[in-house]
Amino acid sequence: MTTLTTYPVLHVENLTMHYTTRKGEVKAVENVSFSLDKGEALGLVGESGCGKTSVALTLLRLLPENARFLGGHAYFFRDATDEAHTRRSLGKPVKILLDGQEHQGRLSSLDRSHLVLEAHVNGRTQQIRLERDAIARIGVDLTALSDDEMRPIRWKGISMIFQAAMNSLNPVYKVGDQIVEALQTHMPISLPQARERVAELFQLVGLDRQLMDRYPHEYSGGMKQRAVIAMALACDPDMIIADEPTTALDVIVQDKILREMRQIQKKLNMSMIYISHDIAVIAEVADKVGVMYAGGLVEFGPSEPIFKNPIHPYTKALMSAFPSIKGEKVKLAALPGEPPDLIKPPSGCRFHPRCPYATEICEREVPQFREHKPSQYAACWNPLQ
Amino acid sequence: MQAATTFKPAEALWRVRLHLLWRGLKGSWAMFAESKIGLTGLGIIIFFAVFGALWPAYPWLMEHLAWTPEELEAARNAPYGAISNIEQVYHPVVGYDPLIPGIENPSPPSRRHPLGTNQYGRDILAQLMASTGSEFMLGVLAALITVVIGTLVGAITAYYGGFVDTFFMRLADVFILFPLVSFLIVLGSMIELTLLKLAFILGILFGFGQITVILKSQALAVKVKPYIEAAKVAGGGHFHVIFRHIIPNLLPLAFLYMMFNVTSAIFSEAALSFFGLLPGIKISWGIMIDAAHSDGYILGGRSFQNWWLWVPPGVAITLLCSAFYLVGRGLDEVVNPRLRKR
Amino acid sequence: MAIYTQTQTETLVRVEQLRKFFPVRTGVFARARSFIHAVDDVSFEINRGEIFGLIGESGCGKTTTGSLLVRLLDPTSGHIYLRVPSNPATNSQGEQYVDIATLEGRALKEFRRNAQMIFQDPYESLNPRMTIFDIVAEPLGIHGIGSVYEREERVAELLSLVGLTPPESFLFRYPHELSGGQRQRVAIARAMILNPSFIVADEPTSMLDVSIRTGVMNLMLDLREEFGISYLYITHDLAVARYMCDRIAVMYLGKIVELGPTEEVIQKPLHPYTRALISAVPIPDPAVERQPIEIKGGVSKPIDPPPRCRFYDRCPMATDRCAREDHPPLEDKGSKHFVACYEV
Repeated sequence: MTTLTTYPVLHVENLTMHYTTRKGEVKAVENVSFSLDKGEALGLVGESGCGKTSVALTLLRLLPENARFLGGHAYFFRDATDEAHTRRSLGKPVKILLDGQEHQGRLSSLDRSHLVLEAHVNGRTQQIRLERDAIARIGVDLTALSDDEMRPIRWKGISMIFQAAMNSLNPVYKVGDQIVEALQTHMPISLPQARERVAELFQLVGLDRQLMDRYPHEYSGGMKQRAVIAMALACDPDMIIADEPTTALDVIVQDKILREMRQIQKKLNMSMIYISHDIAVIAEVADKVGVMYAGGLVEFGPSEPIFKNPIHPYTKALMSAFPSIKGEKVKLAALPGEPPDLIKPPSGCRFHPRCPYATEICEREVPQFREHKPSQYAACWNPLQ
Repeated sequence: MQAATTFKPAEALWRVRLHLLWRGLKGSWAMFAESKIGLTGLGIIIFFAVFGALWPAYPWLMEHLAWTPEELEAARNAPYGAISNIEQVYHPVVGYDPLIPGIENPSPPSRRHPLGTNQYGRDILAQLMASTGSEFMLGVLAALITVVIGTLVGAITAYYGGFVDTFFMRLADVFILFPLVSFLIVLGSMIELTLLKLAFILGILFGFGQITVILKSQALAVKVKPYIEAAKVAGGGHFHVIFRHIIPNLLPLAFLYMMFNVTSAIFSEAALSFFGLLPGIKISWGIMIDAAHSDGYILGGRSFQNWWLWVPPGVAITLLCSAFYLVGRGLDEVVNPRLRKR
Repeated sequence: MAIYTQTQTETLVRVEQLRKFFPVRTGVFARARSFIHAVDDVSFEINRGEIFGLIGESGCGKTTTGSLLVRLLDPTSGHIYLRVPSNPATNSQGEQYVDIATLEGRALKEFRRNAQMIFQDPYESLNPRMTIFDIVAEPLGIHGIGSVYEREERVAELLSLVGLTPPESFLFRYPHELSGGQRQRVAIARAMILNPSFIVADEPTSMLDVSIRTGVMNLMLDLREEFGISYLYITHDLAVARYMCDRIAVMYLGKIVELGPTEEVIQKPLHPYTRALISAVPIPDPAVERQPIEIKGGVSKPIDPPPRCRFYDRCPMATDRCAREDHPPLEDKGSKHFVACYEV
């Protein structure tokens, strides 16, 4: 990713993660790179098992025991004025954005006025002194943090709404109390303050304030999902990762929650990664779209051009495989074959066995993930025009 | 529908099925072999199987390995109780060594009696070996009966529900709370309890108890699967659904519980023998301990003086029971994918 | 109360005033005092070779209706007429209607040859301990059709028909060795093996991935073309319904609220519930801004519902009449587009 927008929240570079299983190594996430700006919603779309949830888990370092992190960086940015974040970054690989310039290296020391960055420039290690006051944002590599350092980030930095999260509410506690407790463990806040904050959150997600003192079984599916969203918003995170938050819900409720999430995200100017298999849902919520196939990001860019003129044949196939209730009724073209086994993925481009445009090189070499049109990236040897 | 395709069965159906069965077993074995616990248990079971199988050869082996020609000669010409045959020495119930005066029994481990003799002069190792086969028979037979009953009753109660369910569940409550010992005392006084009868009684008592409840809950989970509905839509009757769909899906769990039940059966027999409640059984590990106990060789501070009387059968019971339990634990990981490491 | 007055010769299934109430028990021995009206006075017809869609949110009674039509459940009241060959053994020309709702014993088993079902979850609808051959051949075994070798040949034929080729490589595999799409094809093959004239498909593609789903939907359309099978296609996804169905019925709390040709209903929905439902469907085009219709509240369970319109509590256009009178009957608003609403 070379282009640099002024106000980034997340830079993900070449993220690679495998699972070790009885049958072999599952190559679940392979060289995934993307970036996300403040206030932007990224839609991560793909079929089940394509690695979209694994990307989120890798970012948040919530991987199961059998996962093996194999490389890549995930820079999470905050203002340099955030003292806790800056301290946390000490000794870690960082990206620093200063006057529109990007510095990369290891933050070796800091004092009241300066930051010292150890950076490799032309093969030599250099010490760069940066003035603290002028610094806009520090991005720390999440993959280099310890579990203890990661914990505060999971709530206050990036919070996650899991798939079927509504089942994660504890049935024996009142919903409001559960959020109050979560708040109090992450913030120094008194009980009345916390309750006030939860009431605010309930209002924000469209739940009646009185529901705070009800138990989860008194909630409908949609209400539970709203409560879970409120919980994710509790510590005012910079970014939310929502993994199929509306999949189990009915159309009308899904639509309401979708629109509310979108409103909240815009209102709080929050960043969001919205994971879904449903391209129509992604079209509704996302500013940017990342299309994943078999562990890799095959296309990434602003949503309108991607929906209008996809570059990657898989993106196109995905869109034409979805029936719509609008427009002409056409016979849908079925994609031949099955999604590949990630233990033994196909050589070269992983999509080539199913790709109608595949040529000989696709079988041989892995295509570079590069910019084909302005800010529209794809990994394909035979891009569509 | 369509014109006949060019399809040609590659192989006879039964050969395909045999091959599939073999492949399935191999797969399960591979998973089972990953658990050290299960392999340990299996090792112990194989050890006892070989141990028990060696019993018929034991007197012959001793004759050629442990006895010197002079000793043999002396035994054949002993003034009291001369023997004509080595089997007379190693008989588990009436055997004795003419070279050891009765007053010296119980005699400690020696060359001719590797685990010593008991107070009546019987060779302990011989008793141990002679009992192994019947312990196996009892445990496995009782467990088999338990599991067959449990599977059938579990499947049927889950499938029909209603009155059948209520009846068998209340029956299970009765059997779970059953005063096993008192019942067997009464029964033992009325009929002579042989090993076979005991196996059937234990099998039935356990079969209608706990295992029915466990297998029923599993059957309830299977009953609501859409493939059951699919079978009904295809026209399958009650019998078809129970025997073709529900029971095959209970078998792995049933097999698992069978292992645990072997443990319970052997344990029960040992306990009952120890209390002397099984006059119909001439020799077993439980009886060996009982014999040591009833003549006061265990209590009264003399337990370690004559340790060979009760340590070998005690260890054998413990080992064999834990072996089946360990195999059960190992199978647990094959049967319950949730316990499986990825 | 037949909706269609004309007697169409090609009507395959006719459902009349079908009801299914489930008792709500408060204790094991307590007598049920209230009932969930899962399917409440539902009537419709399906023509030969037609795909009839049943649309609605979870809990609206669409799956219960499907289960009633294949007699997985016994109806509380009502009739389900299916046109079957009068003598299945000789496959003679004559046909007759049988009332499925009252069949028992042999007659019920015989009926099952004519009506089959495809289930939602391909991971759960195939017995994990059976091979694909055993699964697909199971109905043949139940009805005692053919020798083992004939069955094997027939299963192979069906596997190639549903696109599992070469069949030899699938016959003796287990479900867990197949992907979701392949499993659903196996389920379709099982449903097809008895040559049924009618198949209830309960959300057959909702658990499949997009790229697989289209193939399965197209397969079902092809089978209809080739064999003239009728489907009752149950789905919550309006876009899928539009793609698959000739006519659709929208259900709400056990009642059909709107019924008509698919395009007609989706492009010009008349019932306020259908309108809200359609306006809530996301459009895969970021340039389109939808204007969703707001309706109040959420779906509840129809436990002893009051006799008035089921949608009354949530309806944005409800009037006094809606509160006063019974649930409105389905009325033809022209071109066989039926709506159950006083205010349309």
